[in-house]
Amino acid sequence: MSEQVDHGRRRLLTIATVGTGAVGLAFAAAPFLASWEPSARAMALGAPVDVDASKLEAGQMLKVIWRGQPVYVLRRSPAVVAQLGGHDALLADPNSDGSQQPEYIKASGAARARNPDYWIGLAVCTHLGCSPLGAFEPNNASQIAGVDLGATWPGGFYCPCHGSRYDISGRVFKGQPAPRNLTVPSYTISADAKVVIGVDDVAKSA
Amino acid sequence: MAAVPGSDPASTGGLLGWIDQRFPLTKLWREQVSEYYAPKNFNFWYYFGVLSLVVLVNQLVTGIFLTMSYKPSAAEAFSSVEYIMRDLDWGWLIRYMHSTGASAFFIVVYLHMFRALLYGSARKPRELLWIFGCLIFLLLMAEAFMGYVLPWGNMSFWGAQVIVSLFGSLPVIGGGLVEWIRGDYVIADPTLNRFFALHVAALPLALIFLVIAHLMALHEVGSNNPDGIEIKKLKGPDGHPLDGIPFHPYYTVKDLAGIVAFLIIFCAIIFFAPTFGGLFLESPNFEPANPLQTPPLIAPVWYFTPFYAMLRAVPSFAGTQVWGVLVMGGAIVVLFFVPWLDRSPVKSIRYKGPIYKIALAIFAVSFVILGVCGLKHPSGIYPLLARICTTLYFAFFLLMPWYTKLDSVKPVPTRVT
Repeated sequence: MSEQVDHGRRRLLTIATVGTGAVGLAFAAAPFLASWEPSARAMALGAPVDVDASKLEAGQMLKVIWRGQPVYVLRRSPAVVAQLGGHDALLADPNSDGSQQPEYIKASGAARARNPDYWIGLAVCTHLGCSPLGAFEPNNASQIAGVDLGATWPGGFYCPCHGSRYDISGRVFKGQPAPRNLTVPSYTISADAKVVIGVDDVAKSA
Repeated sequence: MAAVPGSDPASTGGLLGWIDQRFPLTKLWREQVSEYYAPKNFNFWYYFGVLSLVVLVNQLVTGIFLTMSYKPSAAEAFSSVEYIMRDLDWGWLIRYMHSTGASAFFIVVYLHMFRALLYGSARKPRELLWIFGCLIFLLLMAEAFMGYVLPWGNMSFWGAQVIVSLFGSLPVIGGGLVEWIRGDYVIADPTLNRFFALHVAALPLALIFLVIAHLMALHEVGSNNPDGIEIKKLKGPDGHPLDGIPFHPYYTVKDLAGIVAFLIIFCAIIFFAPTFGGLFLESPNFEPANPLQTPPLIAPVWYFTPFYAMLRAVPSFAGTQVWGVLVMGGAIVVLFFVPWLDRSPVKSIRYKGPIYKIALAIFAVSFVILGVCGLKHPSGIYPLLARICTTLYFAFFLLMPWYTKLDSVKPVPTRVT
């Protein structure tokens, strides 16, 4: 064995070995990290949901589960629909520019619905994911979770966790903890109020 | 390191000698316990380190026994906890020891950390010791949060929903990150199952490792004391600090008395007030998780409420509520910098001037008020109060380099008092 040790060579080989090992480790970590993604079963459970809203009376609301999240299907009376644009000045994002919804919902303006008589949206507060409660009676009529919503309350949703307020189209008022309007999922609604949540177009998904 | 007197393996005989030739048992005992010289002037505040170790052992032992009857699935978790409480022999005791232990852990850790602020225990040369401690605190919060999700009560579910959603406020990666953490589109079975794995295996292992590092760092630099004097500077002819006494038997005996007092209170809570009026175990958590029904008031367990109040105190701005998350995270991160923020020439509050004393008092009061705010509905006086106290909390740390320099100091004696 030679007494001469080539330190440069030894260092290079050590660095190369450690470097290769580190790359291998990074690749080996990928399956473990990917195992945390939603599984095939979870994704299968995310399929569209059919809701028959035709039996709802004005002011009644259905709560259904889609992808494990609560979705509200609310029937609004013509009187409520007529007043939808009346309080835009009080809202943080009246045109839903910074909020999440399909394009056709954004285009519908204050109604935020494909059919203004039915409002459909995720019952998930955009602040931290609680379920806002319905407080549809305007003015002093809505007492919810011990909170008086006041004389100027136009009717809408109130989140009991941190007090965020939304109007009856799920648009958030100014100065609330919630930064965005309630999210509206993709859905279709037929002339007889049969709703399919999770698809933009029945024909395409079929 | 200089040879510890008597550490020569030949000096022990019999079975111990046989072991000492193969494993440094006597050497470790002497270095870490019987000849670890601690300052002789420890006071009441110095109980909380050993008490946190006692609670850690309690959590490990009771936790291991709970896993033997708990089922980590969304379908069975809640009923398996009820099974432990009602049908399993002594299951209620084991579970209450574990749940009360969680609150006790935070009580002793908060007091332990406050002790460090009192006597400047984070200051040089104990910066790394303090940083290990902060890491333990951080892991402890993660451990407690995940443990709270496991009973799969309604507050477990919605608490997890709120806390996991915090990551969603991060720009760009937020949405994907939340989905990755949950393993589903909502908090669901996969989330519960992975939290269980982290709570019973990954985090406890990391905690134990950090506790060992914390103790090794402590025994390397030596303990601070209420006078903030380095006792190693003055050594007697035998090479031991003049103001030091061996940890064993002096402090082992003192700590035993403290442990007895602690256990009396601990047992009284377990037997007479295990829910502690809804503070240790919240009443909405006695209902199973229900994704369709948010509890009327989501409040975390008391030990998180100061930080939760900070989160809520910050309004959304520029279309995102990431600011509240940053403030809450910042409240933890700022702790790591304490050794360098304190610029006072003295360590202990005994020799600091009035400014630091007032600042520390305001800080402590603010922290408690934040804790109360976090338990209450965010209406009325509470949002304003939370904003003021959040500001004071940060002012205590961020202004520390200035006010500690301005402050008057008293002369520090050379020997402990």
